[in-house]
Amino acid sequence: MHLHLADRYRVGTSPVHRLDPRVKILLVLTYILGLTLAAPGAWASYAAFLAVILTAAGLSGLGFAYALRRSYVAVPFVLAAAALPFTVRGPTLSALPVLGWPVSELGLVLFLSIGLRTWLAVQAAILLTATTAFPDLLWGLGALKVPPALVAVVGLMYRYLFLAGDEALRMMRARQARAAALPGARPPPVVWQARVAGRMIGSLFLRAIERSERVYGAMLARGYDGRTRSLIHFQMSARDWAALAAGVLLAAGCLGLQGAT
Amino acid sequence: MHHTLEVRDLHFTYPDGRAALRGVDLFVAPGEKVALVGPNGAGKSTLILHLNGILRGQGEVRVCSLPMEDTNLGRIRASVGVVFQDPDDQLFSPSVGDDVAFGPLYMGLPGDEVERRVSSALAAVGMPEAGGRVSHHLSGGEKKRVAIASVLSMEPEILVLDEPTAGLDPRGRRGLIRLLAALPQTMLVSTHDLRMVGELFARTVVLDQGKVVVDGPTAELMADAALLAAHGLEA
Amino acid sequence: MPASPAHLHIPDGFLSPAVAALGWVIATVVLALAFRQTGRQLGDRMVPMMGVLAAFIFAAQAINFPVAAGTSGHLIGAALAAIVLGPWASLVVMTVVVGTQALLFQDGGLIALGWNIVNMGALAAFGGYAAHRAVIRLTGDHRPARLGAAFAAAWVSVEAGAVATSFELAASGTTDINLALPAMASVHALIGIGEGLLTLAALTILMAARPELLRQEEEAGGRGQALFVLTAVALTLLLALAVPLASSNPDGLQAVAQAQGFSDLARAIWAGPAANYLVPGVGDPARATIAAVGLGTLIVCGVAIGLGRLSRRGSRTAG
Repeated sequence: MHLHLADRYRVGTSPVHRLDPRVKILLVLTYILGLTLAAPGAWASYAAFLAVILTAAGLSGLGFAYALRRSYVAVPFVLAAAALPFTVRGPTLSALPVLGWPVSELGLVLFLSIGLRTWLAVQAAILLTATTAFPDLLWGLGALKVPPALVAVVGLMYRYLFLAGDEALRMMRARQARAAALPGARPPPVVWQARVAGRMIGSLFLRAIERSERVYGAMLARGYDGRTRSLIHFQMSARDWAALAAGVLLAAGCLGLQGAT
Repeated sequence: MHHTLEVRDLHFTYPDGRAALRGVDLFVAPGEKVALVGPNGAGKSTLILHLNGILRGQGEVRVCSLPMEDTNLGRIRASVGVVFQDPDDQLFSPSVGDDVAFGPLYMGLPGDEVERRVSSALAAVGMPEAGGRVSHHLSGGEKKRVAIASVLSMEPEILVLDEPTAGLDPRGRRGLIRLLAALPQTMLVSTHDLRMVGELFARTVVLDQGKVVVDGPTAELMADAALLAAHGLEA
Repeated sequence: MPASPAHLHIPDGFLSPAVAALGWVIATVVLALAFRQTGRQLGDRMVPMMGVLAAFIFAAQAINFPVAAGTSGHLIGAALAAIVLGPWASLVVMTVVVGTQALLFQDGGLIALGWNIVNMGALAAFGGYAAHRAVIRLTGDHRPARLGAAFAAAWVSVEAGAVATSFELAASGTTDINLALPAMASVHALIGIGEGLLTLAALTILMAARPELLRQEEEAGGRGQALFVLTAVALTLLLALAVPLASSNPDGLQAVAQAQGFSDLARAIWAGPAANYLVPGVGDPARATIAAVGLGTLIVCGVAIGLGRLSRRGSRTAG
């Protein structure tokens, strides 16, 4: 009974799975940075970046299409850039059939470039979460000098996410169960609906505050003193360093292909 | 005589005015296994929260001869392993292994000692392979076991459990009873499950309306139906 | 996890490196302050409280109510958190939520995360908080005033994030400010109403069950600091983004770039997605929207203040 909050991690033993989480985080950031630095219209670069991510997906044992299939999350926001082909001034390519809006080549290139980059970046992020268990990911962030208090809070949030999600789901189901509608009756007004939803949220808030007090007590009972401590889980191996170096070089190489369009 | 737990004339009133403990006396010797029973609202959970200093009332509380004072809290909490009623409140780390390691880690133990304790605690509760799992994937019974392990890893002198069998299905309950029977630690267990009390605990303390009303051999209490009924208990 | 439909989560690829970097700088500074402040406020309760409440916000964002024709409204929560916990704690909680949405669910990019944290964390929390304080100060703290203040806080928190987002996108050359700003501001003006209703209703539950929580927040210190930071953030944002926008002289940019022999890479770093292309400047539609948003904020707060004052007068004469 989970509210869409499925664990993104896919258990596996591929070379990608076994990489140090710090390396994976850095590789993904390097990849996305490389993408961000690639100029619009650098199709050769983009093709190279695509090849890299597909190879990584293949190496991870999840299949080439794994990240591809899940990358549709990027779509809605890309629409924000959809105005570009029509607003950027420049030589026109053609005009839209019905509306007659002129489509500028530059704007189209810009739009497609942004879309491609977002799409590729999302795939990289998907691969990261699919090959790295969240606790390990958190540990990796902490080891990369993200402040320990922040890491601790995220860890706790993750742990209680599913519980909170279940509570919310149960409340919504209870609401549904009482939402009988007689034939011919008008549905209740929006303001009333908002009030019901808001009250549910208020209840959840209360329960969360009370739970946080209990969790605090449980932490105290096991010796919590306000400071964050954790065990060392991973050591960098030669393979980890090699992967990191390879990744950086690849990103630089893909970028270098910019002039080749 | 050295006592693991000494509570003398403990009084506690909640901020909203509810008097939860009205003069509780309790002594638990090393090796004893004691059941704490009573109706809801008797003060059982409140009493438990005094044993590791989360609540502080009037009266005297000593754990392993240490008086309940701020300077002793660290050692006291290492000596009293409290397992609360809702395991979800106690499994707050990203993974099972992290939760079991939490206690020893905060005791300041070195990494390899922590690892050793985690393995032995998980083994003691019958879940040696669970270290990498995430808590929300566990069943109710498994969560309770991990909660116990998270406290065992601190190697406390006494285990205090609040309603350990509540909410478990018969199989889970049987497994937990077996586990509690096998653990060697001194124990104080608050429960409504009188059948478990009869099986595991030689001594029973009955708490009602914030006071201890009965403290003696379990067998005697179970035989006295009138006494049980008077305090909202059913054998 | 379906995103909160306000969908201000900017993905990677939409912001120029310079703009994104600025976002990270602001986010880091503000977050550091927030952790220090929240640590002082909550002591060793901070980690469990912030963690569990972040989980709550996440789940609360999933609660829906039907708006019209199959669409539903959702809570964002920054204002609610700011009213109950204070702006700093709200910032921490929202940052954790937004960061997790980016990391786990690819809702928002990783390089764009800096600005997403600023928009949906800092600006939302502080904008809402400032509106709340302003209304309360001008009406008193009786119940109708609090509800009005809550509504105003929620509306402002949503609108602030939306306005900022459109500026960041425009400064990166991804959209035309004259299109983006009116579009985002108007859509979020409506979303803000939903947020206001939800926040209000949630607050009534909290006021009934744990009034001392809200009173605690009122009495907590750090008010001056909070407003100071808000102003600083807002000013920095405006200044930093006005620069590339103001230099809407693309020919000038091109000329400079060529004269200095900048490579494609360097040009990409400065002008981002719009490198080599024309960046439309701030035109009338954008200016008009800025004015409209400002006016809208004043109206929402003004109505809340007015109603609050009226109800106070009413209760005085009735009492």
